[in-house]
Amino acid sequence: MDVPAKTWAWLTDGANWSGEGGAWHRLGEHLYVSGVALALACAVALPVAFWLGHTGRGGALAVNISNVGRAVPVFAVLALFMVTPLRGAGYVPTIIALVLFAVPPLLTNAYVGMREVDRSVVEAARGMGMSGGQLFVRVELPLAYPMAMTGLRSAAVQVVATATIAAMVGQGGLGRIITAGFNTYDTPQVVAGALLVAGLALLVEAALVAVDRMVSPLRRAV
Amino acid sequence: MAGPDCLVTNDWICGEYLRSRSQELVDATAQHVQITAASVAIGLAVAFPLALLARGRPRFAAPVLGLTTVLYTIPSLAMFSLLLPLFGLSAALVVTGLVLYSLTILVRNTVAGLEAVPAETREAARGMGYGPARMLWEVELPLALPAVMAGLRIATVSTVALTTVGSIVGRGGLGNLIEDALPSFFKAQVLTASVLCVLLAVAADLLLLGVQRLLTPWTRIRTRQAGNREAR
Repeated sequence: MDVPAKTWAWLTDGANWSGEGGAWHRLGEHLYVSGVALALACAVALPVAFWLGHTGRGGALAVNISNVGRAVPVFAVLALFMVTPLRGAGYVPTIIALVLFAVPPLLTNAYVGMREVDRSVVEAARGMGMSGGQLFVRVELPLAYPMAMTGLRSAAVQVVATATIAAMVGQGGLGRIITAGFNTYDTPQVVAGALLVAGLALLVEAALVAVDRMVSPLRRAV
Repeated sequence: MAGPDCLVTNDWICGEYLRSRSQELVDATAQHVQITAASVAIGLAVAFPLALLARGRPRFAAPVLGLTTVLYTIPSLAMFSLLLPLFGLSAALVVTGLVLYSLTILVRNTVAGLEAVPAETREAARGMGYGPARMLWEVELPLALPAVMAGLRIATVSTVALTTVGSIVGRGGLGNLIEDALPSFFKAQVLTASVLCVLLAVAADLLLLGVQRLLTPWTRIRTRQAGNREAR
């Protein structure tokens, strides 16, 4: 088997990186849909999770939504979008699917983080005369931060993976390099595409870990 | 949705589709169940020794947990594709990929379950003359079972969903039906296969919940305590 050598040759051939179906363009598509979807998912999930966590309501919903998210196959949801008129709407079906699968980890983790804030700390803050808003910003949010960040990392990993599967229904993104390789029985291209996707996923995870270390409100305490 | 016309009009719900393609649906579901069951069974068989290793030799704990977490980060399509040169287009490829995914949650929950066994329980067992093997089998494992089963349920539900991606190599169970239906925009087939997939995940979850209740009759009395320990 000379797959590794041919894969290396594919990756180092400039022709595979340029143009409409080239790796740079696919990477751009991948990052664009992932970024938009993650931002939308955060905008939807985090306020809801923080509000539910602050008031202590809707716990069953917030926890069960992530179990539902696990049971629904990404591929099935994307395929369902592709047999509706949405298929003609460019990146929209992919972005909707990405948001749907990024919301559960964000919502559940941020909610659990809020609820796991020590009740005695909350009581003490109230006893010191903090208002609901102050309590939220200065006590609950910093203490819920680690769990919320864990949720953000799982959501980001989920989004990158889902954007890859979008290629199976003919949508753009790095996965297209893999599916194109499958269609032409070009194993080195399949492996090269897979390496790019895996590399991107690991890079995103590592970047978020680094960001977490830099901005964590609890870092001085450690 | 009435009558055979629904195949012509391409309705979402089509009784005629269910009738005329029932064999195809049964075969795809059977393949889905086989791939999922094989993956989870092998995953459990691999995760258990890894968890014992991580617990017994603290030096190995960080690498084992780190490696399984890295594997979990790799998107499924890439995972299956990376295994292509090793396995070719086969069910073994899909099963291997799914086993690698299930390891993350199974190893982590097994380690957490074993570590949550109270030290005084272990002391008491040792004082009664239990050796390491008997202690593991008769004391630690039963107490870790709720955490292990919780991990098994999450891994199984995820595996049912991920199996659909195996259709990239033609071994995706119900995912194959979804992929076949895409070029012709065959709505009834996409929807039926998707719904069956979710039902399969729910059924597997309930089945494992039943097994857990049978295996751990004592937790029905002390559910609250066990739940607290699992959550750690």
